[in-house]
Amino acid sequence: MKNAVYNPRDWDSQPPYAHPPYRSTDLRSPKQPLVPLAQSLSELTGPVYGHRHVNALDADLTRNGIVNGEPLGERIIVAGQVLDEGGRPVPDTLVEIWQANAAGRYIHVGDQHDAPLDPNFFGGGRFVTDASGHYRFTTVKPGAYPWGNHDNAWRPAHIHFSLFGPAFITRLVTQMYFPGDPLLELDPIFQATADAAARNLLVADFSIDLTEPGFALGYHFDIVLRGRDATPLED
Amino acid sequence: MRRQTPSQTIGPFFAYAMTPTAYGRTGIASNRLTTEATPGQHIRIVGRVFDGAGTGVGDAVVEIWQADATGRYHHPEDDRGALPTESDFSGFGRTDTQPDGRFSFETIKPGAIGSREAPHINVIVMARGMLLHAFTRIYFADEARANAEDRVLSTVPAGRRDTLIAQPLDNAGASFQFDIRLQGDGETVFFDA
Ligand SMILES: [Fe+3]
Repeated sequence: MKNAVYNPRDWDSQPPYAHPPYRSTDLRSPKQPLVPLAQSLSELTGPVYGHRHVNALDADLTRNGIVNGEPLGERIIVAGQVLDEGGRPVPDTLVEIWQANAAGRYIHVGDQHDAPLDPNFFGGGRFVTDASGHYRFTTVKPGAYPWGNHDNAWRPAHIHFSLFGPAFITRLVTQMYFPGDPLLELDPIFQATADAAARNLLVADFSIDLTEPGFALGYHFDIVLRGRDATPLED
Repeated sequence: MRRQTPSQTIGPFFAYAMTPTAYGRTGIASNRLTTEATPGQHIRIVGRVFDGAGTGVGDAVVEIWQADATGRYHHPEDDRGALPTESDFSGFGRTDTQPDGRFSFETIKPGAIGSREAPHINVIVMARGMLLHAFTRIYFADEARANAEDRVLSTVPAGRRDTLIAQPLDNAGASFQFDIRLQGDGETVFFDA
């Protein structure tokens, strides 16, 4: 695979920069056309993080923020596999997550939502995928929260994900949603990907197999990063 | 073929996880890529992220990825000889912006990667209001000859190349300014990488 280039961003899957229903894109979306960039080592390399950069507590958000007790909320397992477009696992790649607590409130100092903070919930986690590309977090189900985009706007419950993959151009920052959430239909961020089949890749599946008896419900969420084919790098 | 998972915005509330020093936690990277011992020309890059109205973007994340002073990327794909065993330089930095959009990095000036490649730093910008991150590059004004031959800069419309070139803030080559304009007058060149 050495020096093969990565597939382009799939513009049927990826949202546009400008998406008027999401008002914050108005002034933050580039208007000039993107300049094509032939891939070189600058794009084919990227930050390297390994298992020494994380510990077991990083993957357990029900424990990594404990001050004087258990966080409140419905415990869940979120697990899946990081793959490329060819279905190949992406091993040893860093997955960072962050989320609101069960009441829909972030610990972030800028979150003004009038819902309680949970003294025992921090809301951030990290995992480095195993040899088969799998990751697994234990957390609590985040609450929906209001935002100012339009009248009576609410974000559907979601977990933010950040991944590197093997190269600088495989970087992905996204959000995972929960099945059956009625707010998905109304959310301009989720709806920014016009193709329903593509945006539904952002919705986790409930999994009885991941569900731990007497402890936590399981959700399965695979993540597909840009893959590379056999096209050699231009010299 | 599987379909790519769509990108979604980083939103406004990432800092406690992604750039968490203010929350008493250690992030996986910061805006300081160097220690005193890092070989190379130590530089500081300062800049601001602006929106289309010229207002500073106070909730952006800027990530940089660069080669070391010899032009080597610390990544297995760059296999042009062994890396220095004592190297403490990963080449990756991440920072959030201040309320006025300001950011800075402490790093080293990267070496040239190869022929017709001027020294440059690869940049990702993301923010609330950006559904997808944007790729750009930082080149250096004091590398005029290398810049003139650079195979990427030569593909950029001449009138927009300046948006990719960091300007020196002193005569010693110790600090550079690189602003990022997401939209409008002087809009930074973003790449379809
Ligand atoms: Fe959020």
